[in-house]
Order: sequence, then structure tokens, then C-alpha cells
Amino acid sequence: MADIVGGYFTSHVPAIGGAIQRGEQEADYWKPFFDGFPPVRRWLADAAPDVAVVFYNDHGLNFFLDAMPTFAVGAAAAYHNADEGWGLPVYKSFTGHPNLSWHLIEALVEAEFDITTCQKMQVDHALSIPFELAWPDVEAWPVKLVPVAINTVQFPLPSPPRCLALGRAVGAALRSWPGTERIVVMGTGGLSHQLEGSRAGFINPDYDRFCLDHLAADPAALTAHSAEEVAELAGTQGVEILNWIAARGALGDAPLAMVMRNYHVPISNTAAATVVLEPA
Amino acid sequence: MAPVPNTQADRRALRRAIPGTALFDGELAQRGFALNAMCYSFNDAANRAAFLADEEGYCRSFGLGSEQRAAVAARDVPAMLAAGGNVYYLAKLAGIFGLNVQDLGALQTGRSVADFKAMLLAARSGVDPALGGLHLGLAARRREHA
Repeated sequence: MADIVGGYFTSHVPAIGGAIQRGEQEADYWKPFFDGFPPVRRWLADAAPDVAVVFYNDHGLNFFLDAMPTFAVGAAAAYHNADEGWGLPVYKSFTGHPNLSWHLIEALVEAEFDITTCQKMQVDHALSIPFELAWPDVEAWPVKLVPVAINTVQFPLPSPPRCLALGRAVGAALRSWPGTERIVVMGTGGLSHQLEGSRAGFINPDYDRFCLDHLAADPAALTAHSAEEVAELAGTQGVEILNWIAARGALGDAPLAMVMRNYHVPISNTAAATVVLEPA
Repeated sequence: MAPVPNTQADRRALRRAIPGTALFDGELAQRGFALNAMCYSFNDAANRAAFLADEEGYCRSFGLGSEQRAAVAARDVPAMLAAGGNVYYLAKLAGIFGLNVQDLGALQTGRSVADFKAMLLAARSGVDPALGGLHLGLAARRREHA
């Protein structure tokens, strides 16, 4: 039976990729953020996952407004990054796990989640940067990928309770998978930040603290707000916390143990955070 | 009897009630479709080159409205947002102009880039030490000392 080893959550700001490219991990501006990752890497080395199920949001690489899925599950044999238009390096490709993807798809539709399935999808920095941070020196990623994209671009967004429920259904499906894979669940993005409008630069440590304090033991607390209220509290891009909520749902209802957490303001325009949770 | 609050209506109203913010919804997505479609095309380097070679013709080929065309010509990011531009797609256009999200933040808040960055750094002073920085749980502390 498949084993869910725990959850890894991190911000995915594109500027992190620029800092990695320039080798600035030890620079004063970046060090407090990158210092969060040695404990993540040690935990991953011990947990030894071979599959990652990743909840993330696309930023206009794969999905455009002509057809914008609320929830999309990848079912490809391979996933490729591509030029996103801002001069970032093109990141390594990912090996998929189509059989597990289709198991999830069957289980989610059975559970009445009307998802979109993608046998071909490009994945952007929201996937690549968390992998680069977790496994910085590898030739190829040590885990296979099952990506789950959540719309955080165009309102109406899925509600926080719906994202938690999606995650719970994904978790149930993973636990029913007959394979022996060791699965890490990831949620990427956040925390509070806002790129547009005259409120650009908005950061809200109080709301971020609320999220970080409840993620391990009481994730349902994060579903008390509507998506619009989350945008008000966390900023227009802070709604990426929906990815964290879904990922937390996949880790099951029992309280989890906090392996590490790191919170640093600012990275680019963002309050950056990294968390690892494991079964208590 | 007290009226039952219509939470659907309230949610939509909140999309326009957050100060300094207009949440990107169907109204903006319809208004901005042509502009965002052009920006989406800039994932391809050849399209970025085509835009730079003939900006007027490239904008025309995507059917930008006059308000959108004027905003792009003026490099006026707030006007692009008002014309329905979505920041995720606009960022790709901004990249052609050599602008990053902090430059965009400065443009939208009427600050210099240095002042915008200083504002972001100042947010750190509002972070309680119990929240900020690296915190290890028991298991990780054991690993660190193993």
C-alpha cells in the first residue's frame, strides 16, 4: 500500500529562480530564505519519497483564459517547463506517473469532483522552483510527478472548503493505491503578497501567522474565509494559500507534527514561507 | 424577519470593495481578453521579437481596443490593468520592457522603485520573532544533533 510520508510547502516566487541562477543563496537578502532548506533536504533524504503529488497554480504558461480549469489533474508521462517570457532559465523536465494520475482521476470523479484531465501540460516555476529548492544538485528529479493545478488567476476561485475537500479526496485516493510508492504531498505558493493595484506590495504577517499556526493541527480553520476574504487578508496573489489548503487536506485529518517552518519577509514582493509536516 | 444575507452577492461586491484592488473576475476577463491573449503569446521568444519589430502591427493582430493600445504604447501599467489586463499575463509584457514585479509595484503605487523596495523591507519590522525565521520541530532538532 502506498505510504504518504508527509507534506512540503513553500513559496515559489520566480525571483528565487533568479537568485539560484546567480548563486546568491548566501547573499544577505536571500540567506534567511535559503537557510530554511537544509532541514527540508535532510527530511526528504530520510523520508525517501519516490512520488510527489503537487498542488500548484499555473501563471499563464499552460492555461490561458480561453479555457481555464478550476481543478486540473496531470496525466502525462512527462512534464516540461518552458520559457515563461521573463528570461528565467528553462528548468528540468519531470517524469510523470500516468497510472497513479488515472487512479486519482477515477477516484476524484467518483467523489464528484468534476476535474479537467491533462495528458499534455507544461508546468511553470510554481512546480520547478520548489523542486530546485528541495533537490538543488541532482541531474534528474528523484521523484515522479502527479500535478494538480488549482485556478488562482480568475475569480470565481474554488472556495477554501472546496480545496480542502479536493485534497481530502486526493489523500483518500492515494491511500487506496495498491502500489508501494512513498508519496510526498506538496503545496506551493504564498504566503501574503499582492502584485497589482495601488495596494501592490501588501503583506500581512498576522494572516500568515494564522495560516502557519493552524496548518498542522487544525487546517479547517483556514476554510472559514471565502476566497474573496482570503484575497483581502493575504493579497491578490496570497490566494495561492488554496494550494497549501488542498495539500494539507491530502495529508489526512489527524493533527500532524511540524518538522520545520521558516518565515521571511520579503522575497521580492512576497512574505515567503517554507513548512514540512509529517505524521505525528 | 431579518433578511437572509446573500453571500453570493456579497462575495462579488467584495471583489470591488478591497482598497487599491480589483479582483480579476469575469467582468475584467472579458474586457481584457485581447490584451491578455497578446501577453500570453509572449511565452514564445519569436513573438516577443515580432512585437519589438512592429509593435503597432502586433497589437493590431490581437485586436487590442483603443484603450488597451494606448495603455501599451504609454507603458502605463495601471491603465493596462484598468483595461482588463491580468498581472500574470502583463508580467510577460513588462519583461519585454525590462520591468520586474517590483518595478510594476513602484509604477502602481506612485513610488520610486527604491521606495517600493524600502516599503517591502519595512514590513519585516512588523514580524514577531516567534513567527519570523527558522523554527525546527522536535524531530528535526533531533536530526540536527544526530
